[in-house]
Amino acid sequence: MMTFNRLTHLEALESEAIHIMREVAAECRNPVLLFSGGKDSIVMLRLAEKAFLPGRIPFPLLHIDTEHNFPEVIKFRDKLANKLKVKLIVRSVQDSIDAGRIIEKPNQSRNTLQTTTLLDAIEEFGFDACFGGARRDEEKARAKERIFSFRDEFGQWDPRNQRPELWDLYNTRVHPGEHMRVFPISNWTELDVWQYIHNEQLEVPALYYAHEREVIERNGSLLPVSHLVRPKPGELTQRITVRFRTVGDMSCTCPVISEAENANEIILETAMTRITERGATRMDDKTSDASMELRKKEGYF
Amino acid sequence: MTALNTPPLKTMELLRFSTAGSVDDGKSTLIGRLLYDAKSIFEDTLDAIARTTMKKGQEGLNLALLTDGLQAEREQGITIDVAYRYFATPRRKFIITDTPGHEQYTRNMVTGASTSDLAIILVDARKGPLIQSRRHAYLSSLLGIRHLVIAVNKMDTANYSDKRFKEIQHDFEPFLKRLGIPHLYFIPMSALHGDMVVERGENLDWYKGPTLLDLLETVPVSLSTTHLPARLPVQLVCRPQTPELPDFRGYMGRIESGTLKTGEAVTILPSGQRSRIRNLYLGEKELGEAIAPQSIQVTLEDEIDISRGDMIVSSQDSLPKTVRKFEAKICWLSETPLDLRRKYLLKHANRTVKAIVESLDYLVDINSLEQKPALTVEVNDIAHIHLKVLQPVMAEPYHENRKLGSFILIDESSNMTVAGGMIEKA
Ligand SMILES: Nc1nc2c(ncn2[C@@H]2O[C@H](COP(=O)(O)OP(=O)(O)O)[C@@H](O)[C@H]2O)c(=O)[nH]1
Repeated sequence: MMTFNRLTHLEALESEAIHIMREVAAECRNPVLLFSGGKDSIVMLRLAEKAFLPGRIPFPLLHIDTEHNFPEVIKFRDKLANKLKVKLIVRSVQDSIDAGRIIEKPNQSRNTLQTTTLLDAIEEFGFDACFGGARRDEEKARAKERIFSFRDEFGQWDPRNQRPELWDLYNTRVHPGEHMRVFPISNWTELDVWQYIHNEQLEVPALYYAHEREVIERNGSLLPVSHLVRPKPGELTQRITVRFRTVGDMSCTCPVISEAENANEIILETAMTRITERGATRMDDKTSDASMELRKKEGYF
Repeated sequence: MTALNTPPLKTMELLRFSTAGSVDDGKSTLIGRLLYDAKSIFEDTLDAIARTTMKKGQEGLNLALLTDGLQAEREQGITIDVAYRYFATPRRKFIITDTPGHEQYTRNMVTGASTSDLAIILVDARKGPLIQSRRHAYLSSLLGIRHLVIAVNKMDTANYSDKRFKEIQHDFEPFLKRLGIPHLYFIPMSALHGDMVVERGENLDWYKGPTLLDLLETVPVSLSTTHLPARLPVQLVCRPQTPELPDFRGYMGRIESGTLKTGEAVTILPSGQRSRIRNLYLGEKELGEAIAPQSIQVTLEDEIDISRGDMIVSSQDSLPKTVRKFEAKICWLSETPLDLRRKYLLKHANRTVKAIVESLDYLVDINSLEQKPALTVEVNDIAHIHLKVLQPVMAEPYHENRKLGSFILIDESSNMTVAGGMIEKA
């Protein structure tokens, strides 16, 4: 009898995430959900939907658009926002570059450039809480970040001076100009995310599943050929069956070879896989072991 | 039905545990070993570690680097903040709260233990339990940990000696028994070589108990509190007031203990009004019954004015007390000492109210467990106090109900969380 009286790990994680979202809705003045159209933010949106039904999701979505996104992800983003009747705010990295707020270096990933645009948007709308879909298993600096992560008036994270977080009594208080980053799926792993997508039968952009794509091999990774990535002299393109594990800046997001055609097959693959998500798919994270920590200190997601 | 809707993945439970030890007892190595042997370390993480290990001029794989996070820590070679790690076996998913062992970081230990079912304290077989070991054990008991594992590590440096292990056990056990932690386990191991962590190894044949992983996979998840009286602190009220749902009133929250069913008679606190549960929802789904710690929404048979911070409890069970004064132990977390003349904000079960410390009774010396008089409370101190709150809270002693017995204190001007508290007598 006892065993029926317990939650599965996924039910426990879902309950934790819903609790966190409701806490923000109850205590924060002007929250927003950072939404990219990727799988983690799709899960976040589903959790928000479940948290507030039969009411509407009580906050808008904000996408920091690198304009290096996969077009199918953008289409998917708009469709989902529409379906759930939530307001979608888009702020573009290109606009920040055009306005001279950001200087783009050649061959630089736009993932890192999102920080300025993000902080500008937070200031523009006066958001005091931003939900992010980051998970602690992604990366070492994230492993130490609180669920309610305080940002000062410059949007900076101070890893040495984090608020203690006891039980699940979250301290959501900030002064004007400061804000919270809130990570409801902190304790989820990539496998949990796929299991949830499977259980809830969530739709995700098709490029998460196996498909044929033209790629080139560069520095030991596969790169998708697009208007941003052209083969250099001597590089050969090949058409192979791949899927993406993350969907960020098209110029540096690498697919993995896979035959997995649905969430179920991805779960089986993920359960056996031996390569962590960021390492496999983000060229910009490989540079330095501490690159995420530096970026987060400056205000990155 | 697909393969994955069938066990074992589907029925996996979640166990949260914390690890603590003094610097160099081998905590990082142990966690690395646990993840490594549980086949949860991914290849490219290993690659990165191999590179860093080489840079430091060491040979082979340094498992400890797996758990070292921030750059500053890397430079100092110590862990300075709570870090979370994940691994899974077919039976359970585990969340490790890795808490630093440095003396001044008691607050991190408290943070880690507050959400854990089980705690592991490392002891170096050569050194035996240190002052810090006692302190960690005390803090674990204070935070209501029910399963405490003493991992006697580096047994390889003590010739895997049965005698040495027993010595340490005899030395430490009387102190631990005084703390009243219900379940104590001593496990001899070598994190470095892997004996008794996941594999039994060949060097500790005289030890007949479980390996560390065996234990982690089988201890009851003690945070499941479905046997306790039902408590639902209201987190948020849902009133869509749309043409389709003009009169819908739902009360959202997480069931903090017990079980709620449709039709069940409930009492609303602090008003004391009564009603029955009409429906229970999770998202669009209607549930006949919901259990702690599910986040759900309920509707009631009667229209009652209920707002955030009120509590829906089963009328059949004993009710929590509605109080304005109570006794508690607090762990002070702030560099700024307690100011007895000031009001603080107290957050407890979705209520945030103003609070005053009426009396500072004593500090607990966490090495000797003795009470000592005090005029103020400083960072990392454990104090016994009498608190007065300006609006009532629905409280229960922490040892009976962790969720209704815990609170935090917030400094209203700096917004810092300055203390964590455990209610002793309501
Ligand atoms: N001989 C031996 N050395 C160990 C064992 N576990 C850890 N060590 C060593 O003890 C030192 C401190 O270990 P570390 O895991 O960094 O300790 P922490 O400070 O508690 O995280 C390192 O040099 C480890 O290689 C063990 O079981 N046996």
